[in-house]
Amino acid sequence: MKVLVAIKRVIDYNVKVRVKADNSDVDLANVKMAMNPFCEIAVEEAVRLKEAGTASEVVVVSIGSKACEEQVRAALALGADRGIRIDTEDGPDSLSVAKLLAKVVEQEQPGLIILGKQAIDSDNNQTGQMLAALVGCGQGTFASEVKVDGDTVAVTREIDGGLQTVSLNLPAVVTTDLRLNEPRYAKLPDIMKAKRKPLAVQTPDELGVSVGSKLSLVKVELPSERQAGIKVGSVDELIDKLRNEAKVI
Amino acid sequence: MTILVIAEHDNKELKPATLSTLAAATAIGGDVHVLVAGKDCEAVAQSAAQAAGVAKVLLADNDAYEHQLAENIGDLVVAIASDFSHILASATTTGKNFMPRVAARLDVNQISEVIAVEAPDTFKRPIYAGNAIATVKSDDAVKVMTVRGTAFDAVAAEGGSAEVVALSEACDAGVSSFVKEELTVSERPELTSASVVISGGRGLGNGENFDILYKLADKLGAAVGASRAAVDAGFVPNDMQVGQTGKMVAPDLYIAVGLSGAIQHLAGMKESKIIVAINKDEEAPIFQVADYGLVADLFEAVPELEGKL
Repeated sequence: MKVLVAIKRVIDYNVKVRVKADNSDVDLANVKMAMNPFCEIAVEEAVRLKEAGTASEVVVVSIGSKACEEQVRAALALGADRGIRIDTEDGPDSLSVAKLLAKVVEQEQPGLIILGKQAIDSDNNQTGQMLAALVGCGQGTFASEVKVDGDTVAVTREIDGGLQTVSLNLPAVVTTDLRLNEPRYAKLPDIMKAKRKPLAVQTPDELGVSVGSKLSLVKVELPSERQAGIKVGSVDELIDKLRNEAKVI
Repeated sequence: MTILVIAEHDNKELKPATLSTLAAATAIGGDVHVLVAGKDCEAVAQSAAQAAGVAKVLLADNDAYEHQLAENIGDLVVAIASDFSHILASATTTGKNFMPRVAARLDVNQISEVIAVEAPDTFKRPIYAGNAIATVKSDDAVKVMTVRGTAFDAVAAEGGSAEVVALSEACDAGVSSFVKEELTVSERPELTSASVVISGGRGLGNGENFDILYKLADKLGAAVGASRAAVDAGFVPNDMQVGQTGKMVAPDLYIAVGLSGAIQHLAGMKESKIIVAINKDEEAPIFQVADYGLVADLFEAVPELEGKL
């Protein structure tokens, strides 16, 4: 079975974003970028499926400018077999990404498709579900456990009240939650080997998808700042403040 | 303009998140219809019919919808979508699961986690873990969106008298099936709707030490949450996690105990009205958002606080 993993280049999760002075967007110039943390978990799961003999090949796909080949190479260093980059401007909307991925699915015919549950930049949490809808297959979102058994996959999902397990016919789309696994680090020899692994570049035109959006960004602002608080000296003072000043208890 | 709100429920009762989503629908303006899809969920439809501002309740009662499987619910919503200008669901794990399917099938984008309605086609939503607020305008024919419950004041649960209409659609995509569910049993209020939340972090040291938070919570009628560090360390189950990847809460009082206040955690709680931080590290980032900070050993401060309330 072939496993397809979609990954995204995003701002490093430790970086505190700045909003541009003209409020047109956030400022990504000269900011450290990295693979989206949920995508790292997706790559790790695919590589583990390969190590367990369930998957025969792991293909990684990323959509964006040439810069995102850095993240594809990172995934190859972690154990993926080959990469695909769909050449677009950075930041196409979720629907366009899902349409492009659906074409890649048609082309590659994977048995399982793994994505992160959300990208930490747009915080949308949509692409995996949209892809599953376009491909017409089942989805196991927010997965904390994935077990492939013959032509079905059992996915344990993190839901609001606890955990839910669903069984999906393959092919299926799985989106990873944080607790699915602990991603490994790439070793230096693997990073060197990854440079020689195949990385194909395709365009949306070749895939027959037009990338556009009916969603437009009007402005981006900073969230309202919280008033600076005070430090209290004792528990008594804290209780007094909560009772008499904030009136919350 | 008719707006469809998809009810969040467990086949027995309507969840409070739905009332917040109804508030967002009311802010958009227009007739508001509610879809209740489930199995043996007549009671849920009756409570939805009583919510303020609801014009009509559509009841889809079928085995296929019992566990809210995204494939089946998605197909159902798509089947009835043509009557509506806006389709809203709560940004809970259920809403987040099926709504993007609906959007993709309708060939439109979804607007996730809406926190404010600026106009019927313009909405605000947080991006970058809540560190920026984007205003987005949608020119799509149908606006499909999920609503962050904590950003809207719930509409009244009583006072409405909408008619309930049964739907005959039975959509079973046949690609997925429910296996089992393990729900965390708790007698404390539900985390996302509690007016007081007490959260513990790595500073608690182990799961047993969470008992001091539970005792304080019982005094205050509070829900107990946790940081990701506490969940990953196995102190508490993951549905207690507050943050970008866990639950979003906005209670009147949020007490953060022994947690540093990483960006991802703040994303889930910084809309709280009053934030109290108890931490022995006075440099911890949590003190930058806390209204009241107490630099102290939590193992002394929390029992003392509990004892004096």
